[in-house]
Amino acid sequence: MPAHESQTEYPIDDTVDITDVVCPTTFVKAKVALEELDDGQVLSIRMNDGEPVQNVPRSIKEEGHKILKLLDNHDGTYNLIVQKIGE
Amino acid sequence: MAFSNEQLERYSRHIILKEIGAKGQKKLLNGKVLIIGAGGLGAPAAMYLAAAGVGTIGIADADNVDLSNLQRQVIHTTSDVGKPKVESACETMQAINPDIEVKTYQTFVTSENILDLIDGYDFVLDGTDNFPAKFLINDACVIAKKSFSHAGIIRFQGQLMTYVPDSGACYRCVFKQPPPPDAVPTCRQAGVVGAMAGVIGCLQAMEAVKFFINAGNLLTGSLLTYNALTMDFRKIKLPKPDGKCPVCGEHPTILQPFDYEQAVCDLKEK
Repeated sequence: MPAHESQTEYPIDDTVDITDVVCPTTFVKAKVALEELDDGQVLSIRMNDGEPVQNVPRSIKEEGHKILKLLDNHDGTYNLIVQKIGE
Repeated sequence: MAFSNEQLERYSRHIILKEIGAKGQKKLLNGKVLIIGAGGLGAPAAMYLAAAGVGTIGIADADNVDLSNLQRQVIHTTSDVGKPKVESACETMQAINPDIEVKTYQTFVTSENILDLIDGYDFVLDGTDNFPAKFLINDACVIAKKSFSHAGIIRFQGQLMTYVPDSGACYRCVFKQPPPPDAVPTCRQAGVVGAMAGVIGCLQAMEAVKFFINAGNLLTGSLLTYNALTMDFRKIKLPKPDGKCPVCGEHPTILQPFDYEQAVCDLKEK
């Protein structure tokens, strides 16, 4: 979703789309994408409305990463902007 | 190597774990384990390691599946009776997880072939049922600087230990040499509870997983014993190697693997 990502003031280092999987693979796919990044880099995660938006941000926060922003794409999906904390 | 969505789903319960994660799962997928013996211990170990996504699993066994095996060797089914054990094991492992490669060796493991067999594997799992084989595996792994898991089961008892080069005693440090042939009954003569093979074989698989993900402590320098009747697990701390062991000591006299004689009653049945 490059058009939506350009709306953010954060430089995005990588993107991952988790709209093609269901819980708990949503979080697993996001976690794997975060593992590939270095400390401080920013990931944009595209996810579906509903269960993913309710649960994935919370799980990522529990892992110690920083939620920067949740952008509504107005098509039933959101982009969660996350900064990786730690190695 | 990126994970496919199917792999993310298959290994999700691993990847979620802090101690494994994507990095640990990749280590498992790149891992190579040789299981010697597709019997009571090897069966659960092979199934769990296949399910875990250990990328290359070798399995060595010369025997065919016998009806009397099925009470504990859960990798084989009734319709496998008469089939080579390695073939039957391979079919089950591939059915559990087509994501991995299984290499089969339908052969007795001897001093002639063991160094070639273990070459290229990261971890060896001893699932054999006799002392000569256990000493052979120990000596070969020490000589080739391979990590391995020893285990043995009989009746309601089991034991295991893990050897990692330069990290504690080897099997020979502890047990010196095999007992005289026929002095100790084999599980064929003495019997063994099927679930004992499951308990100890699974613990061996757990050691292999921890070896790859590098988490926690391995059973190096310790022997874990399990008595199912009293439900006692005992972790016995082994003395540090004194440097005098004929295979792992400072001046080893065992420089090549060699074969001990098998108990006569064992050979007859093979």
